Amino acid sequence: MASMNMVTALNMALDDALRTDEAVVVLGQDVGQDEGVFRVTADLLKRYGEKRVIDTPLAEAAIVGGAVGLALYGLKPVAEMQFSGFSYQAFHQIEQHVARFRNRTQSRFSMPMVIRMPYGGGIRALEHHSESREAYFAHTPGLQMVIPSTPRNARALLLESIRHPDPVIFFEPKATYRAFKEEVPEEPETMPLGKAQVVREGSNITLIAYGAMMRPTLEAADDLSESAGVSVEVIDLLTVSPLDTETITNSVAKTGRAVVVHEGPRTCGIGAEVVARIVEKSLLYLEAPVRRVTGFDVQFPYFARERAFLPGADRISQAAREVLAF
Amino acid sequence: MPRKSITTKQKIEYLSILDSSGEVDEALDPKLDADRSLYLYRLILLARRLDERCIALQRQGRIGTYGPCRGQEAAHCAASFVMEAEDWVVHAYREPGSFYHRGWPLETVLMFWGGYEEGCRPPEGVNDTPIAVPIASQALHAMGIAWGMKLRGDHRAVLCYCGDGGTSEGDFHEAMNFAGAYHLPVIFLVQNNHWAISFPRERQTASETIAQKAIAYGFDGLQLDGNDPLSVYVGTKEAVDKAKASGGPSLIEAVTYRMTVHTTADDPTKYRSAEEVEPWEKLDPIIRYQKYLKKRSILDQKLIDEIEADVIAEVAGAVERYEALGTPDPLDAFPNNYAQLPAELVEQREEFKAALEREGWTSGEGRG
Repeated sequence: MASMNMVTALNMALDDALRTDEAVVVLGQDVGQDEGVFRVTADLLKRYGEKRVIDTPLAEAAIVGGAVGLALYGLKPVAEMQFSGFSYQAFHQIEQHVARFRNRTQSRFSMPMVIRMPYGGGIRALEHHSESREAYFAHTPGLQMVIPSTPRNARALLLESIRHPDPVIFFEPKATYRAFKEEVPEEPETMPLGKAQVVREGSNITLIAYGAMMRPTLEAADDLSESAGVSVEVIDLLTVSPLDTETITNSVAKTGRAVVVHEGPRTCGIGAEVVARIVEKSLLYLEAPVRRVTGFDVQFPYFARERAFLPGADRISQAAREVLAF
Repeated sequence: MPRKSITTKQKIEYLSILDSSGEVDEALDPKLDADRSLYLYRLILLARRLDERCIALQRQGRIGTYGPCRGQEAAHCAASFVMEAEDWVVHAYREPGSFYHRGWPLETVLMFWGGYEEGCRPPEGVNDTPIAVPIASQALHAMGIAWGMKLRGDHRAVLCYCGDGGTSEGDFHEAMNFAGAYHLPVIFLVQNNHWAISFPRERQTASETIAQKAIAYGFDGLQLDGNDPLSVYVGTKEAVDKAKASGGPSLIEAVTYRMTVHTTADDPTKYRSAEEVEPWEKLDPIIRYQKYLKKRSILDQKLIDEIEADVIAEVAGAVERYEALGTPDPLDAFPNNYAQLPAELVEQREEFKAALEREGWTSGEGRG
């Protein structure tokens, strides 16, 4: 075990993958010599050489479309989009080809690849560097949309994503990159995709979140139990598509109350799907309407306004209190 | 400090070996032996007859919308003819002869245009990508496959088709740029058929040729007569040999003409005249190649008739096999989306299954 932040843990997963599978290649803008703008690819070029860790010209569609070709040829590309806000230049390749090649060719070809990208607000960055648009990808059949929340689960989920036979969009919560450290085992460790985790057990209310929103959600849970004696269950979705319906609905069947939290816009967001599944499967257990604490349906503000905009523990606690008082 | 000229490479070549009367440039003639010549002739003819049959089938409602290749048979048949089994061919959607040559059962072409996903499944061992509908997006896949070859040290090549319209797409340029920057073994073959649905080649780009776009990306471009099988063969062969010898990518502009509709949903009388089309009839690849092969005493009328009958029978067989397909099982829409279906999809499939039973759907009878 060693204590590390998420950047180091992600780097460890990439190192595990490159070391144990010669088909794995890491590619993207500035991932080699510069070691990634957030240093997630630190030392990898030195260790594995330029045939495994590849600096590319600046073109998102070519990075993803090229990765499609690499995967067709039998490699396992791990492509980096420097920020999720620039992945739209590759969106057509993701939607038209990455997500469809398996079905199109009736499984003659699969797309074993990971497209990593930092997402979310909170680091005082420019426009296009702060949004959370996981719903676009979650809406696309054929993809898996994974969002870790801590160093340990980031390392395990990234390694599992690289080993997975199907394409994974891997959102990295950039606000969490260096926010805290966690003990991570030295031996490679994986976690299954499509499984949510109950990170805190409780009986009065379920808080459901993922990615960077896990921290304010856990803070809200602390506040609720310390100041109001509420027994809070907290679920970390980890994979937002395919969604782990069972873990969510089992929890709500127990607590009867739920709040869903995410940074992305509310309408047609992940929260909408979570609420729909709760209503479909656990309606009769509900003691109160489910609430969503999310980004509003407006463009993510420039950074002078972002601290106020991002959902925080207070907003989550308040919503939970209202649900509890219903 | 001074303002001065920078000399960049400007010249591209144009290649024409066989003229419209069947006269050949002896020095450039690849002189393919009789077997290979007849194979190529038959392949081109088969593409033509299959194409004609597909249009008829569409008109009769037996397949869906179809994108024909009439006039462009030489441009794709003679190019794919160059590729070895370990090479890759990345298709657009006007290359039926290429699929056949590469080992796809002929009926897969009908299956694609008839609405079956199975028409996009390359047979085991065939290194091809299927029909690509979004314009030029496949150019990046070709580049990526070539990138894989280079990373693995394999001396192989990728042939990638696209059209003149596709050269306006960003993906085409990103593919060309990466291919040049990494010096990849890929040949971009643009079938310049002069029309992107209703939009003419002259308005598609201010470049005098499409081939010259290669210069900007640091590799060679070649324009050739795309209705001449010999020019297409020689130009492609040179590019492939060069790619396999680590000489990097090439761009080939095969100048041809879309003799008929863009697809069966299109009406070209809205945007071009019969007078424009007419001169291209004289440049028909089949007529020219026949004349040439007769002069070389490889082909005579008896053999022409035999090959014709043989091709017609083969196309008829494919149509028969296609028509014998029953209504596919709608539940087959599920299993190929993921290696393993997630729980939610297992549930949705059950819901779909129950609905199909309630609605009285049966598969295996007639076509869908």
